[in-house]
Amino acid sequence: MSLNRRNFLGAAAALTASPLLPRAAFAADSIKLGAIHDTSGIFDAYGKPMDQAVRLAVQEINAAGGILGREVEVFAYDTQSDMALYSQYGQQLTRQDRVDVVHGGILSASREAIRQTMRKTKTPYFYNVLYEGGVCDRNIFINGVTPAQQVEALVPYAMGKAAGKKVYILAADYNYGQITARWIQKFVADNGGEVVGTDFFPLDVSDFGSTLAKIQGAAPDLVIAPLVGGAHLSFFRQWAAAGMKGKIPLASTTLGVGNEQKVLTAEEGDGIMVAYNYSQELDTPANTAFKAAWAKAYGSSDNIHETAVSTYQGVKTWAKAVDMAGSLDRDALIAAMESGISIDGPSGKITVDAKTHHAVLDVHLMEFKGQKMQVIETLPQRQPIDTQAVCDLGTNPNDNTQYEIQI
Amino acid sequence: MDLSFVILIEMLYAVATLVLISAGLAVVFGMMKVINLAHGEFMMLGGYATITATSLGVNVFVAMLVIAPLIVGLIGLVVERLVIRHLYGRLVDTMLATWGLSLFFIGAATMIFGNTTTGISTPIPGFAVGAYQINGYNFFIILVAIALVLALLAVLKGSRAGLIARGAMQRSDMAAALGYSPDRIYMATFFCGSALSGLAGAVLAPLVGLVPTSGGAYIAKSFITVIAGGPALIAGLISSATSFGIVSQIFTFAVSPVMGEVALLVAAVILLRLMPQGITSRFFKGKL
Amino acid sequence: MHRSAKQETLTTLTVAAGLIWLMPMLIGTYTLTVLVIYGMLGLSLGLIWGFGGILCFGQAAFFGLGAYTYAIAAINIGESTLPMLLAVLVPAGFALLLGAMMFYGRLTDVYLGVITLVVTLILFKFINSTAAPHYKIGSARLGGFNGIPGFQTLNVPGDPDAYIWGDAYFYLCALTLVLVYLLVSWLLRSSFGRVALGIRENETRMSLMGYDVAARKTVLFAIGGGIAGLAGALFANWGEIVTPGLFSLGQSAEIIIWCIVGGLGTRFGPVLGAAGLAYMKFLLGQQSLVDNTLITGLILVLFVLFLPKGLLPALTQLWRASIGRSRFGRKPQNRRMRRSNHG
Repeated sequence: MSLNRRNFLGAAAALTASPLLPRAAFAADSIKLGAIHDTSGIFDAYGKPMDQAVRLAVQEINAAGGILGREVEVFAYDTQSDMALYSQYGQQLTRQDRVDVVHGGILSASREAIRQTMRKTKTPYFYNVLYEGGVCDRNIFINGVTPAQQVEALVPYAMGKAAGKKVYILAADYNYGQITARWIQKFVADNGGEVVGTDFFPLDVSDFGSTLAKIQGAAPDLVIAPLVGGAHLSFFRQWAAAGMKGKIPLASTTLGVGNEQKVLTAEEGDGIMVAYNYSQELDTPANTAFKAAWAKAYGSSDNIHETAVSTYQGVKTWAKAVDMAGSLDRDALIAAMESGISIDGPSGKITVDAKTHHAVLDVHLMEFKGQKMQVIETLPQRQPIDTQAVCDLGTNPNDNTQYEIQI
Repeated sequence: MDLSFVILIEMLYAVATLVLISAGLAVVFGMMKVINLAHGEFMMLGGYATITATSLGVNVFVAMLVIAPLIVGLIGLVVERLVIRHLYGRLVDTMLATWGLSLFFIGAATMIFGNTTTGISTPIPGFAVGAYQINGYNFFIILVAIALVLALLAVLKGSRAGLIARGAMQRSDMAAALGYSPDRIYMATFFCGSALSGLAGAVLAPLVGLVPTSGGAYIAKSFITVIAGGPALIAGLISSATSFGIVSQIFTFAVSPVMGEVALLVAAVILLRLMPQGITSRFFKGKL
Repeated sequence: MHRSAKQETLTTLTVAAGLIWLMPMLIGTYTLTVLVIYGMLGLSLGLIWGFGGILCFGQAAFFGLGAYTYAIAAINIGESTLPMLLAVLVPAGFALLLGAMMFYGRLTDVYLGVITLVVTLILFKFINSTAAPHYKIGSARLGGFNGIPGFQTLNVPGDPDAYIWGDAYFYLCALTLVLVYLLVSWLLRSSFGRVALGIRENETRMSLMGYDVAARKTVLFAIGGGIAGLAGALFANWGEIVTPGLFSLGQSAEIIIWCIVGGLGTRFGPVLGAAGLAYMKFLLGQQSLVDNTLITGLILVLFVLFLPKGLLPALTQLWRASIGRSRFGRKPQNRRMRRSNHG
């Protein structure tokens, strides 16, 4: 209960913090940064910390004197988990607020709802979420991991832990899950394994009783489950309730992104293998400092998760690029971003890949233990090989497609 | 052989779940003709009540079976006094008001509990049936559902309070003339309905990932089950839960969980097309 | 009757012209456009529920069907005229079939609600599970949860490169809404409309008088479906992406709420309710003090408790009580304002 109260106080503190910021003497008018996230409704578990991350990053930038001597001002909108509002606020940000940059979007559908608006109005757009890969557009920068980056690392590790070579895949039935499942199939085959079954579940399925029976019928040695969202969490609970835990090892490419390791109890979660760009348990000075700053601003650092860190790093990368470009001009910014710019964030080094506008980043192999994601091994600087296979903005700068990567 | 036993258990479990998640709505709708669209959120609150009580050191079964229903029942009582009471006999208005309440509770739960609340593990271990591991907790849910139906029967049929309640629902003016206050009967009924919703949410809590928006997953299914059941409260609930549970599990096992859910929905359409007033308008007439 | 009809049309046109001129000065046209589209969607349910007594939990199904039909057809055809037509015809046809199934099966009130709800859920679940690449209609991938982006948006008929967008698109949508509104008014004044009202008030009596109740309800339902489909197509053009969320239970509930808040049994009420509530949601998203879901919920509850008849009837009452009593009281609209009772 005290934890809850602390969260609440943290939120309240965050709300009052921004107006109390010292209004230092900044030159000229402010730089406008648009932020667009679902901070209420069914996706708020992802959106709220992302919104807080934007504010924290901007607060730090302003405390250090702003960018180009100008203060950064946040224009934040709550899309309330409603796709139509993304279109509306996208227009509001670009045409009425006339912001200099937009950070945000969570689901792929929300990104696609505003991406063209950003492109048409020449507003640089940062999408800071792990996603299915393949977006090729000069106006957008993406710093989340893509399936290949993750799966390439996770599959061999998880298969090494399994007793045999038979793998069963349970994936969320949408774009991300479908594509990730195909990458898993490829890497399982590459590692000499065999996929004995692949099942897809729409995001609202929450009863997995029949699935448990089906999996046991196929008797795999490893289950990889890119399942997404609150309803799918039930799988991991029912898996443990049936006593399957400890019998067949479990890996996931998505569990933990929304801090799910804290929703599962330790006995349900322990031993599940994952691979991400970030864990709260990363023992680096940058992460320690980041968590302390977060706790200072919001009362507790418990709600930090991968997409929040990506958002924080997205804003920081943008700020560095603007500084480097020396102006807010879009083409100057893109040129700076394409110059091989990199920052050291809480999740490690992030380098912008000029060819795809995606990110080269560290992938950490982790295991759930005691409601935490313990880092087992860090694979430094993984390339976004899936998107690189289809997208080259250097030779084709006018590209504006989301490719579906054929494997 | 093992597999068919597993399928049988899963089917019983599916029926029991439908009975559980629909009972609260059935009492409120069946007796008061109020469609409580906040039913799912009452379940969600039941789940949170259980988790909070358990983390405070209360025995998990006490938390599920006593504390959660009581707390949600009390919340229901407050809601009835403040809102529903003013809207009896206005079906559409109560729907709008309870929809508003459901949004209100989602928002309130988010502000109080946040989005990541550690759940509770199932208190009963899984066990092996031949080559298969199955969830021992399923049996508990089946037991609770059976106990629930028996208790409902006993109260409505066997007790004086149940008799008065049924009387007031049919002719509230007559009940009032006989000296019973319909106002208080409605209040008590709504309390019981809410408590049942809370119980369902509490019992299911160890099996689902509980977030403030979890309630939305139940409301449509329970609504369909209650309406398809028809006028008789208990007979309707059992008959529709049984038909839907079995149909959906057959398709779940034969094809996929999605097809199971779609089959449930298609079954509902066909059922209502054939029996426009629900199952108990044709069969089990005059039963409870 | 004839004279007052003409007068009313004139009033409608004057008010509409005034609003179309005035509103863009207050609210950005991009947001206005979606308010207008939602208004049309509200009107479609207002027609079949408020005047036909058909409580439909699945108006979002027709809305989504219209949007998806447009998107799929536009990808395959590459020109927007035929897709727009299809986006009205397909939902109307679907509503016709569904309506025939329900009304000839003599389903009423809440049972009807459940069937429409279930059909919406089936559509939602189906569309939601079409992420796999083999779900294709022509060259259009259905896309599952992520929806369909990147289709041809509205163009001048016959010229695929002359897009209608921005302010022009707003005026087009507003004009379409006025047209649909006039069409609905005309329909309600016609003998068909008056029989529909009769059915709403007492179905048995009308059928004993020799009217084919089921057929009339089915046709009314199909018209409502067609209007919702049109709104869906306009929405697809506005948002440039269609997602399964259009079919969702939440969307359906929102349409019902618009109607109740605006005033059931009026024509302008649902339009007002839809635009008003959608705009409120838009405004709420700009604050981050309190959880927005909580505020929306609170407003709804307070609304039912203190303004149960809906916004428009309350406003009219206020108007009549203060100034316009003698003049306004004779308008035919007010007699229809009586609230219907269902269930």
